[in-house]
Amino acid sequence: MKLLTHNMLTSHVKGVTKGYPLLIKATEVKVNEVEFNSQFVSRMIPKLEWSALVQAAEGLGHLEDLPAELVADYENNEEFLKKVHKVLLEVEVVEGSLQCPESGREFPISRGVPNMLLNEDEV
Amino acid sequence: MAATTGRSCLQYLIHLAQDNLDFRLPEVKSLLALRGKPFRPCENYKEKTPFWVLGELCEEDVHGIMTRSVCAKSAFELWGHGKTHCELKTSLLKYPKENMSPYTQKDSTYRINVYTFNKTLEFKDRIERIDALDYLSFDGTVNLKTPQHTFCLLEDYGTDPNNIPDQPLYVYFGRWIADGQRELIRSYSVKNRHFIGNTSMEACLSFIMANHAGVKKNDLVFDPFVGTGSLLIACSHFGAYVCGTDIDYNTIHGKGRSSRTKQKWRGPDENIRANLRQYGKEMTYVDVMVSDASKRIWRTGLHFDAIITDPPYGIRESTRRTGSHKDVTKPPEDYFGESHVPVSMAYHLSDIFADLLTFAAHHLVMGGRLVYWLPVHSPEYCDEMVPLHPCLKMISNSEQTLSSHTSRRLITMEKFKEPEESDALVDTSEPCYSPYQGHNAFREKYFSGVNKRGLKEEEDKMHINGGE
Repeated sequence: MKLLTHNMLTSHVKGVTKGYPLLIKATEVKVNEVEFNSQFVSRMIPKLEWSALVQAAEGLGHLEDLPAELVADYENNEEFLKKVHKVLLEVEVVEGSLQCPESGREFPISRGVPNMLLNEDEV
Repeated sequence: MAATTGRSCLQYLIHLAQDNLDFRLPEVKSLLALRGKPFRPCENYKEKTPFWVLGELCEEDVHGIMTRSVCAKSAFELWGHGKTHCELKTSLLKYPKENMSPYTQKDSTYRINVYTFNKTLEFKDRIERIDALDYLSFDGTVNLKTPQHTFCLLEDYGTDPNNIPDQPLYVYFGRWIADGQRELIRSYSVKNRHFIGNTSMEACLSFIMANHAGVKKNDLVFDPFVGTGSLLIACSHFGAYVCGTDIDYNTIHGKGRSSRTKQKWRGPDENIRANLRQYGKEMTYVDVMVSDASKRIWRTGLHFDAIITDPPYGIRESTRRTGSHKDVTKPPEDYFGESHVPVSMAYHLSDIFADLLTFAAHHLVMGGRLVYWLPVHSPEYCDEMVPLHPCLKMISNSEQTLSSHTSRRLITMEKFKEPEESDALVDTSEPCYSPYQGHNAFREKYFSGVNKRGLKEEEDKMHINGGE
């Protein structure tokens, strides 16, 4: 699971009102090289919840000195876009889980794939 | 001044493949819309014929369409046309010389092709056709292998193979501009794909779907019933970044039985990511997840550029979602265990589509498109059966016949307003949803056709009896 995906996911456990962001509990993290595409990263930045991304990257030890606040004029800042690219698309949680911040329910991640299914009584 | 007027009223001839007829117009329209251009067919336009003449375009627009279309074979700058070769000559002689001259210079090389639709010409007849064009002043040298400019005489003998006329119904002459992407149908064939399933979408229709959705480079595209990811592959070919979910754990992880005849089990690296890698597009892989399409796993405010999907109809893949038929269920011992597989329950088709439309209304960017397949029982189909949503407008609805009594319709909708509370839900209890009520309704109708022949004989008998 990439941090881009994590940034888009929320808990959907019944009754939970604040299910975002999910807490990442990683036991295996990998960095896969992905071809850099500045246009795509620039397009994604306004769609992100920036603080959730910074928090997630920090938790995995891959902050890449991303600032707590999004910088202005990022479209022309290639160095910054490359850092965001790495955090969004190259850092991957291979094994671990995602935890709902309110209910504590964990969604397992195995072989890089989160399993978001809930049990019968949780839906 | 004359030259500019001449260039601006150019017409372009698009030669389309004579299959997937219903899907061609929405494809070309979508590709034009991506360039902000209207669809302006010229007089005599008939949708189901292989030749369309379009106006109000520039050559760049035509290149734009041809780098994407899997329905179009080739495109030409139209120099002349007519019902007969005589009319063609008149038309060609009227065509502005200054539009022709850049391509007929002395130091240029060229070739002329003859293409006939619904008839095969002998070699000597082709040569005759080319010789008959000697009234055109081509000053360049003929080069059959690597010409700078290629021209084409196209003859249309109609679409009825049992009634081929002696003389063509219509003839065109033009300068070849570009070929379409028919080649992708072969190079992306599922036969040579690393990871496939029983319901993997064929390459041609996958590309058509991506085109109907107007998927662009750097878009973020989502498929909520991703299966083996065929639709994502087509989107990634056009430069979109892709993600998907599926309720089937084994499919997402590439486990279980293989769909290939000579292979019993899936190999270790059979998954969507490996498929994208096969086509050199791994960089566009975002993620796939095991999830239930009916559940809200995406945060509010997340918007995809396109949602493109082939929902299960319950014929070759079952329709299901997580849940329970019992009111109270005790959680199993290993509550959080990876090994627990939640009970899946029937997912009514009407609910699948209502959920899908609501999801699209919330999670598409403004102007973003939803493209999906709707199965229908053809004898009772009417346009009112297609589900609607107050935030989505209908763009196209194309039919693919599956059997004598069933077909599926490719529906394209575009989001034009943000949902408000009053736009809550599509009311699936309305009568138009009746074909989809009860999760097996479509399935039953699909299989009812097994005895179709028997039924028809019955009907025929009754008809004869009635006639007596």
